[in-house]
Amino acid sequence: MRVRAQIGMVLNLDKCIGCHTCSVTCKNVWTSRDGVEYAWFNNVETKPGTGYPTDWENQDRWNGGWERTKSGKLQPKQGAKWRILSNIFANRDLPEIDDYYEPFDFDYDHLKSAPEMKAFPTARPRSKITGERMEKIEKGPNWEEILGGEFAKRSEDYNFEGIQKEIYGEYENTFMMYLPRLCEHCLNPACAASCPSGAIYKREEDGIVLIDQEKCRGWRMCVSGCPYKKVYYNWESGKSEKCTLCYPRIESGNPTVCSETCVGRIRYLGVMLYDADKIDQAANVEAKTDLYDAQLDVFLDPKDPEVIAAARADGVPEDWIKSAQESPVWKMAMDWKVAFPLHPEYRTLPMVWYIPPLSPIQNAAEAGAIGMDGAMPDVKNLRIPLRYLANMLTAGDEAPVATALERMLAMRAYMRSKTVEGVIDEGIAERVGLDGRTIEDMYKIMALADYEDRFVIPTTHREQVEDAYELRSGCGFTDGNACSPGISKGSLFGGSKKALKMPTEVQ
Amino acid sequence: MHNFLFGIFPYIALSVGIVGSIARYERDPFTWKTSSSQLLRRKQLVMGSILFHVGILVIFFGHLVGLLTPIWIFDAMGISHGAKQLLAVMAGGVAGVMALVGGLMLFHRRWTDPRIRKTSSTWDIAILAMLLGQLVLGLFTIVASLGHLDGHEMVKFMSWAQGIFTFDSNAASYVTDVALVFKLHLILGLTIILVFPFTRLVHMLSVPLRYFLRPGYQIVRSRRTVPLPTRTGTGGKS
Repeated sequence: MRVRAQIGMVLNLDKCIGCHTCSVTCKNVWTSRDGVEYAWFNNVETKPGTGYPTDWENQDRWNGGWERTKSGKLQPKQGAKWRILSNIFANRDLPEIDDYYEPFDFDYDHLKSAPEMKAFPTARPRSKITGERMEKIEKGPNWEEILGGEFAKRSEDYNFEGIQKEIYGEYENTFMMYLPRLCEHCLNPACAASCPSGAIYKREEDGIVLIDQEKCRGWRMCVSGCPYKKVYYNWESGKSEKCTLCYPRIESGNPTVCSETCVGRIRYLGVMLYDADKIDQAANVEAKTDLYDAQLDVFLDPKDPEVIAAARADGVPEDWIKSAQESPVWKMAMDWKVAFPLHPEYRTLPMVWYIPPLSPIQNAAEAGAIGMDGAMPDVKNLRIPLRYLANMLTAGDEAPVATALERMLAMRAYMRSKTVEGVIDEGIAERVGLDGRTIEDMYKIMALADYEDRFVIPTTHREQVEDAYELRSGCGFTDGNACSPGISKGSLFGGSKKALKMPTEVQ
Repeated sequence: MHNFLFGIFPYIALSVGIVGSIARYERDPFTWKTSSSQLLRRKQLVMGSILFHVGILVIFFGHLVGLLTPIWIFDAMGISHGAKQLLAVMAGGVAGVMALVGGLMLFHRRWTDPRIRKTSSTWDIAILAMLLGQLVLGLFTIVASLGHLDGHEMVKFMSWAQGIFTFDSNAASYVTDVALVFKLHLILGLTIILVFPFTRLVHMLSVPLRYFLRPGYQIVRSRRTVPLPTRTGTGGKS
């Protein structure tokens, strides 16, 4: 056993209202630069839909993630190392920018600079890459918002696998949900495995997966390697970039920007202890439907005295162990089993988990036709097909998702009974394998979701990783030349530097 | 002038090439990259890039081995100068045509595709043009060398190249009477070495062969100043 700590995230999709505040605040902080205008470290997709970039979930097309070979070996789906290197001159699995969208801006200046004309001046779109006029915008980062576009196209959604999807194109049977997506900071990251330069790494102390910008050479294998398509190639700098889990904020005990600004309070951050020695085995279980259970098996119970002793021996700080014991992620993933990994079948062991959304009862108008399981509606009658959620969260295994949805329904029924009727009905709790106290705890964390319950983030132990004396008078975060005192307008070695506007003498 | 171009310029080019590359790697590692433009336009790149790179690599190693291997090794192996030249002409010709076709595809794409053109730096276009020029010159030298198939011209270039690397002060004199096309080929080649550190060509110095040496696939980094005690029984994974 080798104990490591990881900052995990849970998103409660039952409460996501699709407002995109997470995407916009993330973009403002991280990707409002040249070369990554098209990149959204966090984006929110409307499901069913093909997503961003289009059809990202279809690994038959993109070859992202891992595969278990016939001989039982685990290797990137792109191929073994020699196969990846043989693609180095031209990567056949790399999306083109049009698979995301061509970034554009509008000629806002024309609105005020246009001469007097018969027609009202308009701000027409212009490409951010070429600067040329774009006559028609064909795609954007959220092109299928609220089921935009025809069903035939959206129904190419990979999660319809094994579902008679035609009926969901009918108005009466339509369903939708939101899926906010970001880097999964996987335990078995396929991007890091695909990087020939060794520039992508997982941090030992908090599990955040980062790209070393000075070591990245732009071989672009990570972009195709990541099955979630959450590594982006910056076409201006020639390097790959990805979500950093806002590590400067996490290190100081603050939630990520997307979590902090989430108006629906759907995001949770907490520490998970895991056994690093079990990763290879867990990612390589034979049946895809066993991957969810295998990943649960990698997590270590932070209240187990044996685990605590091992964690101490492996250098996990005391307050991280304590945070792991109070982790909301542990409660939702392990205690209540209401949170699930996104597409465990990619074998990356992702660490951003999702609570499936409840949905209105199907055919509610047909009174009496609703299947009731005691006092509660049968989750099979929810508008979002169970199989659809299972394809997304458990590689198609419906049972765990059904249990989670039942528990969420039970939570509502129990609390309604308690607060409206004043009756504490332990029977509701028992039916879903919980007790009243647990349900009230669920209610506190999942429904009320106070700030301190959502974010249990210990600070980084700087004293273990750096010598403060050597850091005095440092120059903080820099790009490239570190503390170089030289100021030059261009770079001798290519690439443009944006010159600082220095005050100049005036007459 | 001849002595400068073939006796002194090689040292200038090599010095700038080597010192410049070290300086860039040291001072500006963020700019050390392939500058791939595949994301912006896939068309013409897949075929063009593969042809170009494979052709160029064959030519590069052909030159390296052909020019810098002492001639007595070939003699000892019983390979006649004429046979060696024939091999060079054949392999170089095929690889040269491959690289030229691929390079022209890449140049056409870079010059005419608005996305690629707008995002190209001056050096991106200049270095590709220089390499294409060098390929054309190189293919023309084949025509010139068909006039003397016994390999004695080729030996002159070997003596010159080895003379440069062994600091032979007479190196330039070995190539005094060769055809003009050879001289142009040498000068442009040296110029490419001269500008090497200022272009995207530096990516060839970071061929990721270490990928094969990495144990497993994953990389975990730690910032601990005091490393954790190593324990027995931990798996192969780092």
